[in-house]
Amino acid sequence: MKAVITGLRRVVALVGLPIVLLLVWWFASADSHTAAMPPLKRILKVFPDTWFGERLTDDVLPSLIRLTEGYCAALVIGIVAGVAIGSSRTVRAFVEPVLEFLRAIPPPALVPILFLIAGIGDTTKILVIIAGCVWPILLNTVEGVRGVDPVLVDTCLTYRVSGLLRLRTFVLRSASPQIMTGARQALSVGIILMVISELKASTDGLGYTFEQFQTRFQYPQMWSGVLVLGLIGVVLSLLFRFVESRVLAWHRGQRAAERTSL
Amino acid sequence: MLKVQSLRKVYDGHGRQVEALRDITFSVNPGEFVCVVGPSGCGKTTLLRLLGGLIAPTSGTVMVEGRPVSGPPDGLAIVFQEYGRSLMPWLRVRENVELPLKAKRVPRAERAALVHESLAAVGLADAATAYPWQLSGGMQQRVAIARAIAFQPRVLLMDEPFAAVDAQTRADLEDLVRSVWQRFGMTMLFVTHDIDESVYLAERVVILSSSPTIVLEDLAIDLPAQRDQLETRSSARFVELRHHVYEQVQKAKNRSAVTPVV
Repeated sequence: MKAVITGLRRVVALVGLPIVLLLVWWFASADSHTAAMPPLKRILKVFPDTWFGERLTDDVLPSLIRLTEGYCAALVIGIVAGVAIGSSRTVRAFVEPVLEFLRAIPPPALVPILFLIAGIGDTTKILVIIAGCVWPILLNTVEGVRGVDPVLVDTCLTYRVSGLLRLRTFVLRSASPQIMTGARQALSVGIILMVISELKASTDGLGYTFEQFQTRFQYPQMWSGVLVLGLIGVVLSLLFRFVESRVLAWHRGQRAAERTSL
Repeated sequence: MLKVQSLRKVYDGHGRQVEALRDITFSVNPGEFVCVVGPSGCGKTTLLRLLGGLIAPTSGTVMVEGRPVSGPPDGLAIVFQEYGRSLMPWLRVRENVELPLKAKRVPRAERAALVHESLAAVGLADAATAYPWQLSGGMQQRVAIARAIAFQPRVLLMDEPFAAVDAQTRADLEDLVRSVWQRFGMTMLFVTHDIDESVYLAERVVILSSSPTIVLEDLAIDLPAQRDQLETRSSARFVELRHHVYEQVQKAKNRSAVTPVV
């Protein structure tokens, strides 16, 4: 009985607020005659036809593939560069000013420049995603690698744990909580840039579809796209949480153990 | 086996020089158990880090097995004071003990046997799959000792390993260290500020002065090899030796109070 109640509570906690918000939206927009803000009823009505057809494979999928490619590339670049910068004070002093400069450039501002250099294909869109996602990952990795415990550094020195083994079992694992924090921030940045990179000079993708709906005055469809984006965000965040709970199980356990011993 | 000659270490920080060690000379014979005892702040940890090749001396030499130390020497292991921080929280107990063996490229089957044997030697065969943070402080220090044993060092350094555990656990761990030493026959150097502990454990006690540190006395402990927490500690000879060491350490403290620091 108790388990049923706690289970019920969790479900309510998860979907309670979304349902309330949808209801508010539903009733507040029910009598709307403003073309740009159609009733939710109409938005939901056009939803299946708009998204469960070719658009899923021709627009949603290409967007998600580009997001995945850009995000994964940013993970690799961010972690590799972050480890290199975080491990050496000399390298850090050398590259820090340049990093500050590059970080200050908003990735959407790069879109026109990248069009000129990389053309209007997928490469530009992926580069824009990388340009935005790499920073949180890189900077958090640097902090994580800098923050390794000096006692463990001595331990590795004493027991001759070096090279790849040291990187794999000590540096990356020790920095993994910060790396995951960066990766989580990068994910939301990536979703934003996925859409932005498709708004101009594009032939497919979610951003392209939005642009089309807007110029064709298909406002219910446009709003249904907002729902799609939100749903993508929720699914990706759940996926991320699953991965994180695996990767950082030790971290959560350790922190719980520290709390109870205090 | 271990030879320290006119060792001096001066820390240079922010224009202020701190002389941690002034002139340390002593040696440890193969298979001997030597305790280094001295008042708090006399540079015991500095001495140990010098012996382990983790820092370089200002002048003087450390020789391990006839070779001057310029980095962590072969066949030397350290049990650190901060047991909670010298084990990797993301690795299970077994993996922590195994890591130095992986670094040494010991074949898998032999690794498993060594890990099993050393965990059994410290009475932790059942805790192999636990994470360090699931164990008590005393058990964590046992894991660190098991890791050192599995490494099969010819010289084992211990840096106040029991400073942070309760008295009961401490007595158990002292007996454990004695039995490990008798069973595996490595050369032991055990650093502590606890006078009782040094006399109880060692064959010889090297007494350090307070900072700027020199060797005050090199004292043979002529207690029987079989030691027992109750019998040994209440024996007349133990009380005598303890009394003597205590007096020396007290004298060292008073002397440094009137000697102007050069």
